[in-house]
Amino acid sequence: MSTSTSSTIAGSGTGTPIIKIRNFDFAYGDSQALFDINMDINEKEVTAFIGPSGCGKSTFLRCFNRMNDLIDIARIKNGEVKISDVNIYNKDVDVIELRKHVGMVFQKSNPFPKSIYDNIAYGLRIQGVKKKSSLDEVVEKCLRSAALWDEVKDRLNESALGMSGGQQQRLCIARALAVRPKILLMDEPCSALDPIATAKVEELIHELKQDYTIVIVTHSMQQAARVSDRTAFFYLGKLIEYDKTDNIFMNPRDPQTEAYISGRFG
Amino acid sequence: MEAIVSWSFRLGTYLVILCAGYIFMNIAVNGSKAVFTTEAPFINIEFLTQKPQTLHVFEPKEVDTELKSNKAKVVALEAKHRNLGSGETTMADEIEQQIEALKERSKALDIQRKEGRLMYGDKEYRTLTEEPSSEQYVYNNYAYSGGGIGPAIVGTCLLVAGSIAIALTLGILCAIFLSEYSTSGRTLQLIRLSILNLSGVPSIVFGLFGFGMFVLFLDWGVSMLAGWFTLAIMALPVIIAASEESMRAIPKGFREGSLALGASKWTTIRTNVLPYAMPGILTSSIMGVARVAGETAPIMFTAAFALRDQLPWQGLEKPTDFFFQGVMALPYHIYVVSSKIPQNEYTRNMQYGAAFVFLIIVGFFALSSIILRIKIRKKYKW
Repeated sequence: MSTSTSSTIAGSGTGTPIIKIRNFDFAYGDSQALFDINMDINEKEVTAFIGPSGCGKSTFLRCFNRMNDLIDIARIKNGEVKISDVNIYNKDVDVIELRKHVGMVFQKSNPFPKSIYDNIAYGLRIQGVKKKSSLDEVVEKCLRSAALWDEVKDRLNESALGMSGGQQQRLCIARALAVRPKILLMDEPCSALDPIATAKVEELIHELKQDYTIVIVTHSMQQAARVSDRTAFFYLGKLIEYDKTDNIFMNPRDPQTEAYISGRFG
Repeated sequence: MEAIVSWSFRLGTYLVILCAGYIFMNIAVNGSKAVFTTEAPFINIEFLTQKPQTLHVFEPKEVDTELKSNKAKVVALEAKHRNLGSGETTMADEIEQQIEALKERSKALDIQRKEGRLMYGDKEYRTLTEEPSSEQYVYNNYAYSGGGIGPAIVGTCLLVAGSIAIALTLGILCAIFLSEYSTSGRTLQLIRLSILNLSGVPSIVFGLFGFGMFVLFLDWGVSMLAGWFTLAIMALPVIIAASEESMRAIPKGFREGSLALGASKWTTIRTNVLPYAMPGILTSSIMGVARVAGETAPIMFTAAFALRDQLPWQGLEKPTDFFFQGVMALPYHIYVVSSKIPQNEYTRNMQYGAAFVFLIIVGFFALSSIILRIKIRKKYKW
């Protein structure tokens, strides 16, 4: 459990922080969405963001690879997000490079309407990789990492849209892995999946933890409890509590956290 | 009550279909007389390839005179018939018989006239060493009624092809900007509104604009280039609106997925938006241009010649001249032949034939856009 020093910087403890967020304020136009957030996210751990709808957890996640740049009115009011000690909102940061380092899996699985092979190869092809052998290699490796290889190895050239929902989502994970990110952001990756597919994705998350830092937004507290090492609870744009997952679920310090995880609101 | 309402809707629909059907059938039936022949190859190649010529007609004088006097007699008898009292039934019968006889005679004379007449196109007429004597023949000529519509077909195809190219390029550029790059706000709304309004501007205004802008101000003269741009600008509002719509219909997930993999915005648009929006863009564009290609007003001041001896690739001094020459175009040709020359048996072939061929060409464009859409839809599905 964190000590009193972490009241400003939550999440310290064992492990090396790879993402450091300091005094982060974020707004859509005039309505502020995130208030003064401070936290450290550790390398090669799974960090879960939980909280009721509209609490800002997805918005926060999308700040890590600057996906919010796509929204005209979104702006950072204050603070910084440092990944590997570089403030990603610096002017000289190349967003494209950033996004190669910080991969993302979306709530709704979004395979491109291309073949399974082309989906995985997409990330490399846009970087100019053309060699068939190296593409083949990466495709196989990523599909194996996403525990999808055995299911699809005979139909790599069929459309990705012919896959089941769970397979599509794992394909999206495999696709994100192809550009070799350090950090993988997952925005409610299982919200549209059935329990079996969800279990597979969770298993996958467990395995990916060896090599990647994973930040996952989830609506399901059970999922957070199952997959994550640390959990952050957000409410109304504020980080209420951030600690080891066991502590959050067994022994929450904040009454709001307790109320939420025990299902009294949210 | 319900039945009356439903039937009135039904009748209205049937009426529209009936009218449209009648017009199309009329053009098709009369036009096919000019386009098709009874002998192999069953298509009147001359009509489709030759340039229009003036038709010189010599009709036998005697027959002509008799026909005219017959007609006058019939008119006189009919007037007399009308003036008869109700009691004079025998008289009335007699007059009716006379009219009947005269009409019979006229029919016979008409056949005789058709057998005895001489018809020449321009070329043949010029090679005549001696004109048929004016004592035996009555001479008439009808502009555009001989020959064919070859240059007009070629000109229309060139105009359509060029304006599709220009309109597609400009339209897609605009649509990409509007749907992907622009920031929403009052300016964007204003731009959209003006584009929308542009599609309601009458075609003659576009014609005048093209005349003022391209023909006079840019000094391109009455030329194919001016026609291309005028037609393209006219088709643009439709193309921009439809292209933007097709691009907006691409799920946001494709863009986000691509961007999250480290693709730049332009790469994302190029690889993950445009290919999937293309079916919509192409079909709407071809539809838009096909509609515009049927317009007479925009080209009558900018690109169309009523008659041009040479095909566009003939007699060019330098290659750029290709763009700066006027061409014949079917819609303008139809306008000319249907409004500037009398309608009779000699001109009807050209009038209906041109309209029929034009109908086929426009129908072909519409059909190809539909086929294209079906084909590409099958390829990209999500």
